[in-house]
Amino acid sequence: METSVLLILLPPLLGAVLNGVLGLFAPAYRKNEWVIGGLATAAVALPFVVAVSVFLGFHHEPEVVRYFTWMRAGDLVVDFAYRIDQLSLLMTLIVTGVGALIHLYSIGYMHGDAGYWRFFAYLNLFIFAMLNLVLAENLVVLFLGWEGVGLCSYLLIGFWYTNLKNSAAANKAFIVNRIGDFAFLIAMFLLFQAVTSARPGTFGLDFSTLLAPETLGLLGGGTLALAVLLFFIGATGKSAQIPLFVWLPDAMAGPTPVSALIHAATMVTSGLYLLARLSPMVLRAPGVMMVIGLIGALTALMAATIAITQNDIKRVLAYSTVSQLGFMFMASGVGAFFVAIFHVMTHAFFKGCLFLGSGSVIHAMHGVEHELEHRGIIPSKHGHSDAHGHDTPKDSEVRQNPLRDNPLPYDGPFDAQDMRTMGGLKRYLPVTRWTFLIATLAIAGLPPLAGFFSKDEILFKAFEYGYDGHSWAFFVWVVGLATALLTAIYMGRCYLLTFEGEERWPAALDVRPHESPWTMTVPLVVLAALSAVGGFLGLPALLGSSWIHHWLGAEHGGPVFEAEHELEVSHGTEWGLLALGAAIAVVGLLIAWARWGRRELEADSWLRYKLGALYYWASRKWFWDELYDATVVKPVVGGARRVLAPFDEKGVDGAVNGLARFVRNVGAALRPLQTGFVQHYALAVVVGVVVVVAVMLFVGG
Amino acid sequence: MAVALNWYLALSAVLFTIGVLGVLLRRNAIVVFLSIELMLNAVNLTLVAFSQALGDVDGQILVFFVMSVAAAEAAVGLAIVIALFRNKETVNVDDLHLFRG
Repeated sequence: METSVLLILLPPLLGAVLNGVLGLFAPAYRKNEWVIGGLATAAVALPFVVAVSVFLGFHHEPEVVRYFTWMRAGDLVVDFAYRIDQLSLLMTLIVTGVGALIHLYSIGYMHGDAGYWRFFAYLNLFIFAMLNLVLAENLVVLFLGWEGVGLCSYLLIGFWYTNLKNSAAANKAFIVNRIGDFAFLIAMFLLFQAVTSARPGTFGLDFSTLLAPETLGLLGGGTLALAVLLFFIGATGKSAQIPLFVWLPDAMAGPTPVSALIHAATMVTSGLYLLARLSPMVLRAPGVMMVIGLIGALTALMAATIAITQNDIKRVLAYSTVSQLGFMFMASGVGAFFVAIFHVMTHAFFKGCLFLGSGSVIHAMHGVEHELEHRGIIPSKHGHSDAHGHDTPKDSEVRQNPLRDNPLPYDGPFDAQDMRTMGGLKRYLPVTRWTFLIATLAIAGLPPLAGFFSKDEILFKAFEYGYDGHSWAFFVWVVGLATALLTAIYMGRCYLLTFEGEERWPAALDVRPHESPWTMTVPLVVLAALSAVGGFLGLPALLGSSWIHHWLGAEHGGPVFEAEHELEVSHGTEWGLLALGAAIAVVGLLIAWARWGRRELEADSWLRYKLGALYYWASRKWFWDELYDATVVKPVVGGARRVLAPFDEKGVDGAVNGLARFVRNVGAALRPLQTGFVQHYALAVVVGVVVVVAVMLFVGG
Repeated sequence: MAVALNWYLALSAVLFTIGVLGVLLRRNAIVVFLSIELMLNAVNLTLVAFSQALGDVDGQILVFFVMSVAAAEAAVGLAIVIALFRNKETVNVDDLHLFRG
């Protein structure tokens, strides 16, 4: 087992070091795109293969592998130890499996980028950090991975760092995450302090010790609830929940494979993983569970309303991710952690597929953009549009859609990510279209695709928890239903505006997008297949047995505990809820079809007209950025300018300058002593000798 | 008949004082230089006197060291004075204050 863990952990690290060092010091190496990409992909595929073999040979016996003691300070003894159990294995499979597919995809997507080697080095480093996070046996090693994925996220959001906007987005992600990490640290301190003061002996925040009932019993109710709340705040940072979700939409500044891997499939689910890992502890803090459930529900609803109003295809998917993460937190809040992990898994499949699909679309639209720039139909971003100066058509001619008689419905500037300039792509990108459609239907919750089972299970668990006497869970359930409806609508809109209808980019008759190369379409197909069938791993109790429940659940020997229920929901009600979930998906998709399928962009205008201020409110993301700007950023920046800057100038600089001035003045005062006459110095020596001799004779005795 | 030790020491003190005053007060660099030699020889005289009075030869040995160092010093010092005169056309120490602060 020790070898297996090393074989899982080390290849991504080696890949990162190799690509990073060679790329840094050997400029000739940077051009070998196939070598770089192949090496990086293999470094993730190998851990996947190893994880599969471990998975197949796993006998429901958690194993802990200890390599060495990392740090030893008084009662704190932290080991570099990793844990192989049902939960960490499942997460490892998701991370390496989806990760390998996205590495493969990136080979084609990043083709020609100057930072090709850098990209793959970062991506491999991310996988290493993420594996540390999910395999860690104690909170400290987990935190190492937690910070590592944050760092890689920062590096990859700001990957194209020459654009200030991207750097700002990277900074925002890093700083907002830091707030959550701070809470995580405090929670660790709190637990260490509470446990070591309650019992003698060393403590390394090991899960096997920490989560044992006797250790949890040592903790007071208040301490435990506070620790869980702080861990949840840490999770809101990484997993983009209210109030720390604001970084995730901006994180779309990174390359699209990054959005798919880090900001949809893996890193943002680490908060859910943490809660599932700590489930025995979380279950002892029902008050905090209510906070988790309500925050999740509100985040899900809010993000879904914003997603409807966005035009950037990646932003729609980003808000959709926030919303789906909200669903997962709802499940955690009602004590159904294994369902949250189930949704993490299905979400990794369909959101990974959607993001990679959007990347394929953007790739194609970039081709269109280049062609249009080349022909001089749109102004070039690189400032050499006048190359074809004299035959540049007039704007009115360009804005005519050659495929139909009326002017183009959208006359803003061309943007390869803007759905308003897309439309009709199904004719040019068949593979992308079909995979995107399957993933869209999956996330909308159409039976029997993956999203249906996981989302329905979340809603059912919320209902069940409410039925069991926690009335707030009914509120979560209702909000979840509304969000599910909105999900079907905004994802339908996203698909319809992108792939259906008429082409909306200029000169569409001549300039056509092209399907992406096989390295990009293969991952799409695999992920689409998984999002079609992945749901069968967690069938509801009515339809059969849930594999994922058997695998993870504590009652079957797994590490994930769940809330106990006294009252059982009747089978009839369960059937009803199942049908309700399916009906909501169908209704939502039909609404989307009736509006955006028939009327395309006019449906947006209609919605804006109908909802008025509400639409504006949602399209500006509920003014969260403005709120933070007014309450945090402005006071901090203003305080820095008005208080700290003067203090720096007058206080700090003043002290330094004052010391310098003092030394200079003393020196100027003493300067005349240095006359330059040798005889003066000799006189001083003589006087000195006389004084010394006198002192020795008459005083010193 | 032996002269008392005190006389030697008194002569040495007088010579040394003349030397010190010469170093401090004279303006001609060569005279300053000679005054230094005078001080050295005053010390030599003390050493020899004590050596003879105590019947110990160590003091006389030390005098040879002082003499040889004084010879080396004279060679270097005179060379410096000559170099000074070539450059400045003066050996008046009051005109030499390049290190004034």
